[in-house]
Amino acid sequence: MVNIGTRISELELRNPTILASGILGETSGSIRRVASHGAGAIVTKSIGMEPREGYPNPTAVEIDCGILNSMGLPNPGIEEFKKEIDEIDEIDIPVMGSIFGKDEEEFAFLAKRMEEYGLDAIELNLSCPHARGYGLEIGSSPDVVREVVREVRKKVSIPVFPKLSANAGDIVEIGKAAEEGGADGVVAINSLRAMKIDIHLKKPILYNRVGGYSGKGIKPVAVRCVYELSRELDIPVIGVGGVETWEDAVEYILAGACAVQIGSAVYYRGLSVFAEICEGIKRWMKENGFESIEDFRGVALK
Amino acid sequence: MNYPEIVRIREVVEENPYVKSIFIPFSKTIEPGQFIMVLIPGVDEIPMSVSRIKDGEISFTFKRVGDATKRLFEMERGDVIGVRGPLGNGFELRGERILFVGGGTGIAPLLPAAEKSKHLGKENIMVIGAKTKDELFFVGEMKKLGELIISTDDGSEGEKGLAADVAERIIDEEKPDMVVTCGPEPMMKRLLDICVERRIDFQASVERYIKCALGLCGQCCIGEGLRVCKEGPVFDKDILIKCRDFGVFTRDASGRREYFG
Repeated sequence: MVNIGTRISELELRNPTILASGILGETSGSIRRVASHGAGAIVTKSIGMEPREGYPNPTAVEIDCGILNSMGLPNPGIEEFKKEIDEIDEIDIPVMGSIFGKDEEEFAFLAKRMEEYGLDAIELNLSCPHARGYGLEIGSSPDVVREVVREVRKKVSIPVFPKLSANAGDIVEIGKAAEEGGADGVVAINSLRAMKIDIHLKKPILYNRVGGYSGKGIKPVAVRCVYELSRELDIPVIGVGGVETWEDAVEYILAGACAVQIGSAVYYRGLSVFAEICEGIKRWMKENGFESIEDFRGVALK
Repeated sequence: MNYPEIVRIREVVEENPYVKSIFIPFSKTIEPGQFIMVLIPGVDEIPMSVSRIKDGEISFTFKRVGDATKRLFEMERGDVIGVRGPLGNGFELRGERILFVGGGTGIAPLLPAAEKSKHLGKENIMVIGAKTKDELFFVGEMKKLGELIISTDDGSEGEKGLAADVAERIIDEEKPDMVVTCGPEPMMKRLLDICVERRIDFQASVERYIKCALGLCGQCCIGEGLRVCKEGPVFDKDILIKCRDFGVFTRDASGRREYFG
């Protein structure tokens, strides 16, 4: 009997596919829709202290082997976001609140609010590659990461998962800092800082010029990060970056991930991607004689 | 590849003092109701319904309302813009007698829809509404496609009053098989309710703030996570009656709810 349930810290997931932050996670309706399509858990859009409009368009384009985006952290603000969370009561899978702040006080405040709203875990956006003063700019320093995680950890009793960047020097060093701060797991990686110049316009295509690259093209980078983090840390690692097929998910789990997040693949494969990946993992497990995710998690590390 | 194609404007037509149409080369197949993302370099990229479909060429029609349309309004033949599309779905014309109801710039996508309808041998009745005579457009082109009824808020042309009121009367008198509408959401919601009550087929083209245009960011979602840029912008009656936010609130660029007045 094959069981694809997985555990991340104290969260029990029915399967290892998680909706990544920034994808369809802003309205109650879209969160309910993704849950009904078989995701094991959902991460909300990153929410900050105040409403933010984000950048003008183009904010996202398809490029070779992936998506380039620079949304600029648009979000309705933590107070208004309560309206959305109040409307997802009936969802029976874990929902993690993604938050971004300029310092540890803001992160701690936002995390507390998300916990009060009834969410099941916190994802710390320490890695958005295109918003001044936030994300990657906070998450590049091990000392700041440690401090942010520590402050958040003190304020909430639900699991805290910092989302890390592969642009921040040595990701293992950042991961260790997060672990020292009391993180219950880490998420790796966010989109990679990137640019596309349109040769007809002779200018960067995104309004913000610089964006984050996601999708197939970044998978090898992300798998390497997950592998190194799994080897060096004692806390769970959630893999994200270019997961489009069950083969991708299996690869991440072999690298040590206890779950994977799915974002760009919603564009390439539609919302059925969650169920399709789960079916594929089950088939592969049967063929290989594995009964649980834990049976083959991290096998590539050995 | 969902990426802007850079094109030169072929022609600019002034439809009235406030509304212009821009014609661009477009070689892909596009259906009435579908939209394109129009990139105004360095300013913004905005969704535009296709307003005319010709061989290798389309137009989009817009009013000067914000920074992007202001810049577009100044553009001339030969200027460079970007185009992504076709995006979303188009109108599905069902039945033999179709009533088209357009309000304000919502008139734009109804012209190619009525054209297609006529081409398919259907009978068209069109109601178009504007605040005042000066703001009407496409009148001449629409008259060729069937019966056209005009309404203006101030009575300066056609019937005085709201397009929805005129449409309700026409629905009762003419018993169309289907109502196809685009315009202010409260107007479309009223027509939806009328069509639900009278059991008339119905489609509406819904407008939301569109950002990524890839179906990823979720900014344009209505109801149970329906993406206007992907599953829309045209939605059926059965879908819209389940959308608790349709006709109630839209969302601003940050995702905050903005209730219709």
